[in-house]
Amino acid sequence: MTTTQEPVHRQLGMSDDEYQSVLDILGREPWPAELAMYSVMWSEHCSYKSSRTHLGRFPTEAPWVVVGPGENAGVVDLGDGWLAALRIESHNHPSFVEPYQGAATGVGGILRDVLTMGARPIALWDQIRFGPLTEPKNRYLFKGVVSGIAGYGNAVGVPTVGGELEFDDCYAGNPLVNVMCLGLLHQDQLVLGTAGEPGTIAVLLGKATGRDGIGGASVLASASFDEGSSEKRPAVQVGDPFEEKKLIEACLELYERDLVVGVQDLGAAGLSCATSEPAGRAGVGIEVDLDAVHTREQGMTAPELLMSESQERMMVFVDPDRIDAVLAVADKWEIDSAVVGEVNSGSMLRIHHDGELVAEVPAASLVDDAPLFDRPMARPGWLDEVQAASRDDTGLDIGDTLKRLLSDPAIGSSAWVHQQYDHMLFLNTVLGPGGDGALLRIKGTEKALAVSTDGNGRLCYLDPRRGAARLVHESALNVAVTGARPIAVVDNLNFGNPENPEVMWQFRESIEGMAEACEALGVPVVGGNVSFYNETAGTDIHPTPVVGMLGLANPMPADPPRLSGAVDGMEIWEIGPAATENLAGSAVQRLDGELGGLPTPPNHEIGAEMVELANRLAHEAPVLHDISDGGLAVALTEICIASGVGASVETDHPFSEDPHRLLVVAPEGLLNLPAGMSRRIGSVGGDTVEINGARVSMRTAEDRWRHAIDRALSG
Amino acid sequence: MRAAVIVFPGVNCEHDVVHAIRALGGDAELVWHRDTDLSGFDGVILPGGFAHGDALRTGAIARLSPAMVDVARLAAEGTPVLGICNGWQMLCEAGLLPGAHIANRDLSFICRFVEVEVVDTGSILTRAAEPGQRLRIPLNSYEGNWVDPSRTGRVVLRYVEDPNGSHDRAAAVANEAGNVVGVMPHPERATEELLGSTDGQILLEGFLHSLVPA
Amino acid sequence: MTIDRRPEIADPEGTTVKRALHELGFTETTAVRMDRVIHMEVDGEDPQEVKTRVEEMCRQLLANPVIEDFTVEVER
Repeated sequence: MTTTQEPVHRQLGMSDDEYQSVLDILGREPWPAELAMYSVMWSEHCSYKSSRTHLGRFPTEAPWVVVGPGENAGVVDLGDGWLAALRIESHNHPSFVEPYQGAATGVGGILRDVLTMGARPIALWDQIRFGPLTEPKNRYLFKGVVSGIAGYGNAVGVPTVGGELEFDDCYAGNPLVNVMCLGLLHQDQLVLGTAGEPGTIAVLLGKATGRDGIGGASVLASASFDEGSSEKRPAVQVGDPFEEKKLIEACLELYERDLVVGVQDLGAAGLSCATSEPAGRAGVGIEVDLDAVHTREQGMTAPELLMSESQERMMVFVDPDRIDAVLAVADKWEIDSAVVGEVNSGSMLRIHHDGELVAEVPAASLVDDAPLFDRPMARPGWLDEVQAASRDDTGLDIGDTLKRLLSDPAIGSSAWVHQQYDHMLFLNTVLGPGGDGALLRIKGTEKALAVSTDGNGRLCYLDPRRGAARLVHESALNVAVTGARPIAVVDNLNFGNPENPEVMWQFRESIEGMAEACEALGVPVVGGNVSFYNETAGTDIHPTPVVGMLGLANPMPADPPRLSGAVDGMEIWEIGPAATENLAGSAVQRLDGELGGLPTPPNHEIGAEMVELANRLAHEAPVLHDISDGGLAVALTEICIASGVGASVETDHPFSEDPHRLLVVAPEGLLNLPAGMSRRIGSVGGDTVEINGARVSMRTAEDRWRHAIDRALSG
Repeated sequence: MRAAVIVFPGVNCEHDVVHAIRALGGDAELVWHRDTDLSGFDGVILPGGFAHGDALRTGAIARLSPAMVDVARLAAEGTPVLGICNGWQMLCEAGLLPGAHIANRDLSFICRFVEVEVVDTGSILTRAAEPGQRLRIPLNSYEGNWVDPSRTGRVVLRYVEDPNGSHDRAAAVANEAGNVVGVMPHPERATEELLGSTDGQILLEGFLHSLVPA
Repeated sequence: MTIDRRPEIADPEGTTVKRALHELGFTETTAVRMDRVIHMEVDGEDPQEVKTRVEEMCRQLLANPVIEDFTVEVER
């Protein structure tokens, strides 16, 4: 795998400067195990060295934030003793190399992040992006990823209740697989990733450690793809959902019985992270014995043990007098356990293997002294020309355009995907896949949680700041239409090569846009993930920030609006600012194979007003639907298909995707709608979808919509 | 009158089953698969999920659990035993119901509502329903495809439209006495209007009415 | 040992694999059956005894007699 000419630290992905930092910290040459740990902990994926400077821009505080960014998941207070944990993660590069396992282990990882906070994971979302389905390779990746998410999520027993699908050429060599997880817990079960006081024992639970993913964090996620990418195949980990299920139940029992002081999951950088981070956070030292680690392969070296990314493992920190109880819980759930370390009052991470001391480093240095880059940024030279090439909606054949949109696999029915996911388990899913936001009730209370997830690479390519801000507003509105007030955001920032100043400019601009929108809406960012190096052969992906928005409905509407709630005779209203003819970044533009123009900017005040309005209407309106991809025409058709009845409307800009707009369907006179922002545009009835006189039969519309993905896969 | 809901490592529907039974006024308790004594219970439910990660074959290892010995005894004595989804697969592996399950014909996991028809009310699952009654219940499985080389299975619920290749479009099968039933769709997921359908209630009520104090 | 699905039982995976091979141009494939091979290491001296024991393992657990047959081969 490596040549003998290159110094070891470079083979591990470290720069000369980073190596020098290690020399400075230790005051000597690092031993192999130490170098291995620094190489994984200081990789881009683990240390966020290119992004930390900019992430500080996000607003992270609010009275209801219990745990903000920096721990394994963000936690918010729902009132009455309930807390929610939320986390989003990417597994982009592994999914290109092995789509099923890459996606599966992505699900596994994020479940553990939420579990680590003391929460039971209760729902998952997937945000997946591929090249166009006309190419066999993209079909293979798409099917593999969906199978992997289904295979792992279903078997581990956590419902996948929503997600997002986008197709664009830029993702062909760089599919994006993001996964988001929501957990629920009582406030007295909150656990942090701390090693606790001196004398605390570190116990490793779960799957035996093997050579899985060695070099994964530092090699796969921190480097771009090129011709030799398939050689990286051995680094992909294989998931075991059954093991994970047992691990989840065991940990929940440990939490319920108050048997642990701190918990850390083992993800990227495995044992290196699970020992150093908790110790660093607690300001203590820790003594670790690698011989105690239960392994499934013979003769693993200390560096290998420290870099292994074997799945389904957790580290718990336990008071000495609780050890037996903890080991008994592990036995009951048939998971392996090993006492691997002890906390002391120093500050060093000392690691022993084969009876020798193989590492002795300041525990906190692996996290706190990670390099911090302020990489150069430069507005792309090509952006002015791209933004000048505008696109408007003059001359469109409405019926034809609508049919083409409905047939598009990113717009048509997502049932091909979501019917492979168990989305009903736990009996909480009031609104599931296919609508604007998912709505999950909390049994025994009047509360419900709403979640929406949104991304749009093309919009952000045209203007990262406007695009990212619009995503936040769209997510907030998707949550608001279920009756929930947005309370927290997590973000997954998928970008190209950070050594490219244009990418860093896109990154900074996206963060700025999201931050502005979050501030306007009063919603804190409680966590996120950065995935850089999504680039193949010098071509970066579109800047693709993905937003995950959590909302709290208290109380949940007794009868939440549903797309299927339209009935013959009801009125149809468009609410929000008037749309413009600007189609920059829209689905219509995409169908024509173009990308250009300057997207309509969001209006932060109106965005906030619309969220309030949607919250109120959610308790009264039978149908409330956000207008987004494909514009009003598609939103209307989705309502008609779900309700099994046609409609007729007049509208100036049926395909505009301008932000902050809703469709409301309700019996005449039922609703009290704000005069300035509401326009009655038509009524429900008949068996055609009629827009400005152009008609598409319900049968045709439904056929195109329902089979969009099928046909894209077989065509 | 209490029902035991047996928990094997890897099942995940046990809490939903208990919730649904209790909502109907019944009494249900979780029982760990290593418990060997079910004598205090009047009925047994084997819930859905992925017991033992479906290792070897779905349900193959679960049937070796200590609790299954008592389940077999209770079944022979005429006690109501209901297997839902993975639970039905376990009953087949244990020889308490004929046939076996293989992958869905289209090799896709299927999670969606299906329509089933009551074709035989002579079972603990269907006794409260009317013959010919149609019910809308969620299906959620990969190996929902029932095969029956012996041709001795008694179909009590049939899919109106074949979703997975199941022999005779069987959605639920009973033993001769009617006290042991396996059903592939999940009645416990159809007991609340808020969640999409209450058609599962009549099936679970049939089970509850069958519970006679031990 | 090999655990073979009985020929009269449907094999959705085999059917799908055959269709995929045809699409790749291997139209000479007339049937595909997806069966299972288990490799096992067993302590024992007498191959015949070991074979008998493993066949019993198949009967009791490793094969489902309703839909599967099995054959066992032993080598040192």
